[in-house]
Amino acid sequence: MAELLLIAVGAATVNNFVLVRFLGLCPLLGVGSRLDSAAGMSLATGFVLTVTAGLSYLLDHWVLVPLDLGYLRIISFILLIAGTVQLAELVIRRRYALLHRLLGMYLPLITTNCAVLGVALLNAGTAKSLAAALAMGLGAGLGFALVMLLFASLRERLESAQVPQPFRGPAIALVTAGMMSLAFLGFAGLIRV
Amino acid sequence: MVLGAGLLTALAMAIGILLARASAGLQANDESGIERINALLPQTQCGQCGYPGCRPYAEALLQGTAGTDQCPPGGEATARALARLLGSRGPQHMPPAPAAGIAVIDEPACIGCARCIEVCPVDAIIGAAQFSHTVIAADCTGCELCIPVCPVDCIRLDPLPGHSTQPSPA
Repeated sequence: MAELLLIAVGAATVNNFVLVRFLGLCPLLGVGSRLDSAAGMSLATGFVLTVTAGLSYLLDHWVLVPLDLGYLRIISFILLIAGTVQLAELVIRRRYALLHRLLGMYLPLITTNCAVLGVALLNAGTAKSLAAALAMGLGAGLGFALVMLLFASLRERLESAQVPQPFRGPAIALVTAGMMSLAFLGFAGLIRV
Repeated sequence: MVLGAGLLTALAMAIGILLARASAGLQANDESGIERINALLPQTQCGQCGYPGCRPYAEALLQGTAGTDQCPPGGEATARALARLLGSRGPQHMPPAPAAGIAVIDEPACIGCARCIEVCPVDAIIGAAQFSHTVIAADCTGCELCIPVCPVDCIRLDPLPGHSTQPSPA
């Protein structure tokens, strides 16, 4: 249990996928300008991350490795991720149409979110059990949500701040992300691996 | 090779069947989203947006089939609030389709039937049965709903002195 918690917390902070490994930056910059859409995106991505982490581990462990089909990892994981994203999009479009309008194009683009494939591939190499794989996915999702919410709150404040003309828009967003990345380096050493 | 192709085909088919079943089982239903949009509309039910009332317009906005600038009674403030909620760009052409004018009652001809008072969505017509009615110009949105119900055709639509007289909710 303690080990699973370590994996999840480690994936959320020390090895945060967005700010330390620099995976999944596009949704951060794309929908990170408003808090409510960032929260919706975090939930959707967290769901996809956790589900695909578990499914891809099962697929890898029970099918790909026994059949010696390791070279199909990337393409079959992408297939799994695309299916899960479609399911998430379906639910959001039917039940939370307003959120669907806010997220727009970025929702199907979770498929190409490198953090999702990154977690699946990392798990294929290192995860020792299904629980560990799920903890990794959940931790990555929590870390993504943490960064998204912090970043969106900062950007909402920046909207009313007096930013010098050349730094307006994406420039100040990238500067903010860089500073947050520096701050997250402070987590290094929190967990001894 | 054959094994790999077979595995991918089986995986794709399984996912496809699952998605098709989920799609058939899940009904479109987002009451809270419609209510949040509906709350921003002026509730005049005037039909100037081209929909039967404010709630049908809210549903169309949610589906993305209606623009945010189709509500003349709401004016620019409503259009901006809608655009903000829906995450779209602000209205491009404001004011939206300005009202054709305001209703004016030819008071000597009015027989005091009070029918126009009942249909006015913004309560801009005052008067009582058997007494001549009049229109509060500042509240009239020019929706023309009162014109067809007048039995003596004493209501006409006058052009607005300027678009600025349009009332807009705070």
